[in-house]
Amino acid sequence: MKPFTVHRGGVAPLDRVNVDTDQIIPKQFLKRIEKTGFGQFLFYDWRFGPEGKKNSDFVLDQPHYGGATILVAGKNFGCGSSREHAVWALADFGFRAVISSSFADIFANNSAKNGFLTVRLSDNEISQLMRHAAESGYELTIDLEQCEVRDDHGFRAKFPIDEFVRHCLLNGLDDIGLTLQHESEIADYEARHPLPAALDFNP
Amino acid sequence: MPAKLTLFEKVWNAHLVAQPAGRSPILYIDLHLLHEVTSPQAFDGLRAAGRKVRQPARAVATVDHNVPTDPRGTPITDLIAAKQISALEANCKEFGIRLFDTNSPEQGIVHVIGPELGLTQPGMTIVCGDSHTSTHGAFGALAFGIGTSEVEHVLATQCLAQQKPQTMKIDIRGRLAEGVSAKDLALGIIGQIGTDGATGHVIEYTGDAVRALSMEGRMTLCNMSIEAGARAGMVAPDETTLAYVRNRRFAPRDAEWEKTVAHWRSLPSDTGAEFDKVVEMDAAQLSPFVTWGTNPGMVAPVTGRVPEPNGMKDSDRRAFELALQYMGLEPGKLIEEIGIDRVFIGSCTNSRIEDLRAAARVAKGHRVNSKVRAMVVPGSQTVKKAAEQEGLHRIFREAGFEWRESGCSMCLGMNPDILQPGERCASTSNRNFEGRQGRGGRTHLVSPMMAAAAAIAGHFTDIRNWKFQ
Ligand code: SF4
Repeated sequence: MKPFTVHRGGVAPLDRVNVDTDQIIPKQFLKRIEKTGFGQFLFYDWRFGPEGKKNSDFVLDQPHYGGATILVAGKNFGCGSSREHAVWALADFGFRAVISSSFADIFANNSAKNGFLTVRLSDNEISQLMRHAAESGYELTIDLEQCEVRDDHGFRAKFPIDEFVRHCLLNGLDDIGLTLQHESEIADYEARHPLPAALDFNP
Repeated sequence: MPAKLTLFEKVWNAHLVAQPAGRSPILYIDLHLLHEVTSPQAFDGLRAAGRKVRQPARAVATVDHNVPTDPRGTPITDLIAAKQISALEANCKEFGIRLFDTNSPEQGIVHVIGPELGLTQPGMTIVCGDSHTSTHGAFGALAFGIGTSEVEHVLATQCLAQQKPQTMKIDIRGRLAEGVSAKDLALGIIGQIGTDGATGHVIEYTGDAVRALSMEGRMTLCNMSIEAGARAGMVAPDETTLAYVRNRRFAPRDAEWEKTVAHWRSLPSDTGAEFDKVVEMDAAQLSPFVTWGTNPGMVAPVTGRVPEPNGMKDSDRRAFELALQYMGLEPGKLIEEIGIDRVFIGSCTNSRIEDLRAAARVAKGHRVNSKVRAMVVPGSQTVKKAAEQEGLHRIFREAGFEWRESGCSMCLGMNPDILQPGERCASTSNRNFEGRQGRGGRTHLVSPMMAAAAAIAGHFTDIRNWKFQ
């Protein structure tokens, strides 16, 4: 996993609340069996007309926000289905982080597993950033070492994050590897809780 | 005196494998359910890292999201869907995992077959790469949805590193009135606490109204916990639970059963156990509900109207306006005057035998409105067979409903069952997000009885006034 330490980049504002994972990546694109190539389908129904023609009104397609790597959105971002494809699509499109006042649990979990940061700020801070994003050349710095978001014009805000999640992100740790360090405890647990007979299966 | 624990805490504590300092606790997973959409990348990850599946017998797979609901044996015309289904078959074979495939007599939606096969049991930890895994909490299991990285994690380790969620009690006093179902209870709760009202929490549903629910009803209720943002929903096991699990294929037997049941009886929350949050509701205040917007919290009683935006906060007003624009509705419109084009009875929320019985009771002796296309999609082959034995399929067909094969179908429209742009659907599923059932499609969530009645009337109608034949 790619570590996340300090990131600086342009900001795209998505002024909507409850952005759900069906919106982030519609189901017709979930049939791929790879993790790559989802970026082109990000927010598909908002960005493309029914015949697949681009709808240039959408914020991500406005030249001003081209190349943005930080998305700012309204509360409850990533609600709905557990599809990790939503995170893969955002990352593949070029985003490294989403800032919102709240995130759905599974989306936040999935993000962390992909070196993708979910940053929680207050509603008030979110509206400030949405306004700033429109300024030309506006950039934000997300500093995971300091747990802080800042710009060059005096905006500065701390964000909360689980210590373990932060540790994994900073170091790009694969948490399967971390769990496997507990092999003896797992084996011990399994010895005390054997497989129920009914589940036994020999293909 | 020992600490007073909640149902959730008892299940959580019993599955703690390790609590490394400064890190998330590691939880043992008893049962891992798999389906074709969220698993291929996880198996690829295992192969890339040279890892094995630690406990293949604790994983059970089925195909549901993509499978067509045409008669079985019809070739799958969507080649990418077919590829995903065969990838699951190949992966299960390679790693020795039990699979209920397209032609299996037990195939069905993963959250329908788990309970039906007796795989789902009280006190278990259950995960699946699907948010509606919360359904299994109806048995007093701790069951939650995970992403593909976590699917890989569980395959490799049979464990998950999890932050401990908070607890929330939703206590429903009184009794649901005739015509008000578990679905209405779920919609009523989400309407009250909002789609993020339970974020970060595991809900335990308590109270007389919940105790009176059948297992099917409890599953409907727990299923939609995720729509309130909850990590999971749970109902403490009782005699209703035991009667349901007993003698199912994977349930414990004989002496094993007695021993396990004794453990299950110890699971309910201790009197006086504390929750981080408590919500109280009165069942008598609930009526049949219909969603009017683009998230499950946008809900009104069937006798009500699409709300007016007066007094809303700016951000809420904007979401409200976008929702109404998408839905093609005006503030103040009477819910009963909203006409519909399609009806979908199915999904892991409402496709069990009891749901089909309720819908058939409404449909009996009536005809689907000539401008409506209505379909019934049983949750599993087992449900389908049971319904056919009772003759429910004949009632539906005679009334003009399509009777189809089991799967997720139009709940998310990954298979060919989708809405056309602008079509309006009364659906027993769980999500009314933009485009969920097909691009430009407009979804109204309702109970199975309300959906059947809407199919016949051609618009929403209060089931409490229905003329049953
Ligand atoms: S029926 Fe719908 S909600 Fe349930 S598992 Fe299938 S797609 Fe998901």
